[in-house]
Amino acid sequence: MNLALAVLVDGVVYSSWLFLIAAGLTLIYGVMKILNMAHGSFYAIGAYSGASLIGVYFAGGNPPWASYLLLIGVAMVAGLIVGLLIERGFLRFMYGRDEVVMILVTYGILLILEDTIKLLWGVDPYFAYQPYTLLGRTKISSLSFANYDFMLIAVTAVVAFILWWSLNRTKAGKILQSVIHDREIAGALGVNVTKIFTITFVIGAFLGAFAGAMTAPGISVVPGIGIEVIILAFAVVVIGGLGSVGGAFVGALIVGLSRALSVHLYPDGELFVIYGVMGLVLAFRPQGLFAIASARKI
Amino acid sequence: MLKTISKIAVCGALALGTVVSAANAADNYKLGLVTFLSGGAAGPFGVPAKNGADMIIDAINAGTLPAPYNKVGMNGVKIDPVYVDEAGGATKQVSEYRNLVERQGVNAVVGYISSGDCLAVPGVAEEMKKVTVLFDCGTPRVFEEADYKYVFRTASTTTMDSVAAVRYISEKVKGLKSVSGINQNYSFGQDSWNDFSKSLEQLNAGVTVSTTQFPKIYAGQYGAEVSALMVNPSEVIHSSFWGGDMEAFLLQGSARGLFDDQQVLLTCGETALYKFTDNFPEGTIVGGRGPNGIFAPKSDFNDWFQKEFKARFGTEPTYPVYHMVQAILGLKLATEKAAAAEGEIPTDEAVASAFEYLEYDTPAGKVVMANGNGHQAIQEMVFGQVSKVDGELVMKEVVRYPASCVNPPNGVKAEDWIASGFEGAVCN
Repeated sequence: MNLALAVLVDGVVYSSWLFLIAAGLTLIYGVMKILNMAHGSFYAIGAYSGASLIGVYFAGGNPPWASYLLLIGVAMVAGLIVGLLIERGFLRFMYGRDEVVMILVTYGILLILEDTIKLLWGVDPYFAYQPYTLLGRTKISSLSFANYDFMLIAVTAVVAFILWWSLNRTKAGKILQSVIHDREIAGALGVNVTKIFTITFVIGAFLGAFAGAMTAPGISVVPGIGIEVIILAFAVVVIGGLGSVGGAFVGALIVGLSRALSVHLYPDGELFVIYGVMGLVLAFRPQGLFAIASARKI
Repeated sequence: MLKTISKIAVCGALALGTVVSAANAADNYKLGLVTFLSGGAAGPFGVPAKNGADMIIDAINAGTLPAPYNKVGMNGVKIDPVYVDEAGGATKQVSEYRNLVERQGVNAVVGYISSGDCLAVPGVAEEMKKVTVLFDCGTPRVFEEADYKYVFRTASTTTMDSVAAVRYISEKVKGLKSVSGINQNYSFGQDSWNDFSKSLEQLNAGVTVSTTQFPKIYAGQYGAEVSALMVNPSEVIHSSFWGGDMEAFLLQGSARGLFDDQQVLLTCGETALYKFTDNFPEGTIVGGRGPNGIFAPKSDFNDWFQKEFKARFGTEPTYPVYHMVQAILGLKLATEKAAAAEGEIPTDEAVASAFEYLEYDTPAGKVVMANGNGHQAIQEMVFGQVSKVDGELVMKEVVRYPASCVNPPNGVKAEDWIASGFEGAVCN
């Protein structure tokens, strides 16, 4: 009973965290066909901004409950600034290049951002633990879980719903889908593809920074955290199918539950299981679970 | 005529080169210092170690240290540090080492926190015949698998941490029936758990292992591991976590009440004591990889050292700082012991001979180069438990273990020594 409960809760919490990180990555790929290596840096910038402002906020004796709003606000500002700077400053000059070139460009941006983070925040750890402990814990059977983690699941569900609703039930979403389907035809029909690219990239950057800001209270924010998560996020979007938000959701669930199962039943395989699952999926569906295989244009 | 002029020019250039070279040798002592300046190990280890190097080199160059370190610089020659970032892996470090020796022309190298780097660099150091002092890495394999002439390590191995940790919990934890482990999935984490669990078998055979977790290094998320430790409870959770991983584990475990009924033992916990004070559960068993920081023995040297470091960097010195300082002090003593006259920089061969079996005092007490045929240091080991009195951090139940009690004798492999039931250990 305890074991099943632990695997389920741990798996879903981990999946929620993974989806928050992977959503922005897959959205950017779906629309812009850019496999954005710098996405990990958005996560790190969100985490550093969140942790440093939460520290200042609590030091000032402000009402603790509003700190959650601060985390969202921090992510929005960080995502907007960094997203705009990178898309307008770098990427717009590179559109139309081969996908491999874009990977190299975003990898370069990742390295620049990593050094910028070090320059701004140094190498010492930052903590923002107050929002994590503020919500207390819930005992189920003989196991206790942090309520913050349950909140993370709820937040992820809201983000997933908003993304689905925006893409499928709004005019802007339909326009975005037309760009995903065929950017040249969409452009020929009067869609401002460049503007769509900018908006998408900023939303993707916000999602990355938001994942970092929401994670900061439960971790020690240290140099290199962005690079660590980008590998996991790639595994998730590859399993789900590059560019598919629904695929990222399912991919995150598969990875999260597999990892939790491994930690409880076979801890030594924890490192292997994520990539083992990825290999298994790719062996049968090389395009991922939810991506539709399409003919290449010549 | 032209040939004569050319010959004179060449001879002149060579002579000038020799003079300049000699002058350089006499003007400054170039010391290569390798430590993490970026990445996850920079915050807890690399940068504090660099700060320690900066401070002690300034004091050495000013000649303000107490005897026997009161001679200015290295035997009268001022030290000029050359820093290298240790990030990037062992292959990169081997190239960086060659650069330091061949291009920078350093007189010696002090460095390396990563055990992987400490296993990769000594071979090149021997090839290049350059005195190299490993200052922080813990793997016992360096001097167990090979003999080196020019390579030294002035800090103890991780074997000492694990053996002392087992002795400590056997003595201090009442009703010890089971332990669990959570260690990073790389050599340091695996070696630490291996030594700990094998020592436990020898010292406390009835104690069982509830669960062993090996999450990926820098994983940051330990929800499932915390649940596994709750599902399989034990009296003590052993961990060699460090840096962000250790802090995240403590945060996530505390928020879920993991440490309410289980006592956590952190062999590297001392590095986070000051920046993370509020989040250490009461009773956390903490080690500092030797008698360092809060565990350093009382002495005028240590009082000065702690006061000076805090005044300059705004925080207390932790164990990587002590490790760096004792490496530089050991090198200074060996260099001055080997030198025939003031202002002379002795050969690497002479320094290496003088370094063997050296015994010297440091802010962390006595360092004895007793193992690895005089190339590997041993020190005493200390464990204590975190407590807070009026919000201030204090250590209670502190136990000091003599070096001869927690380190294998010279020439004996750590693994064999543990398997023999610590043959030859002297604990009183």
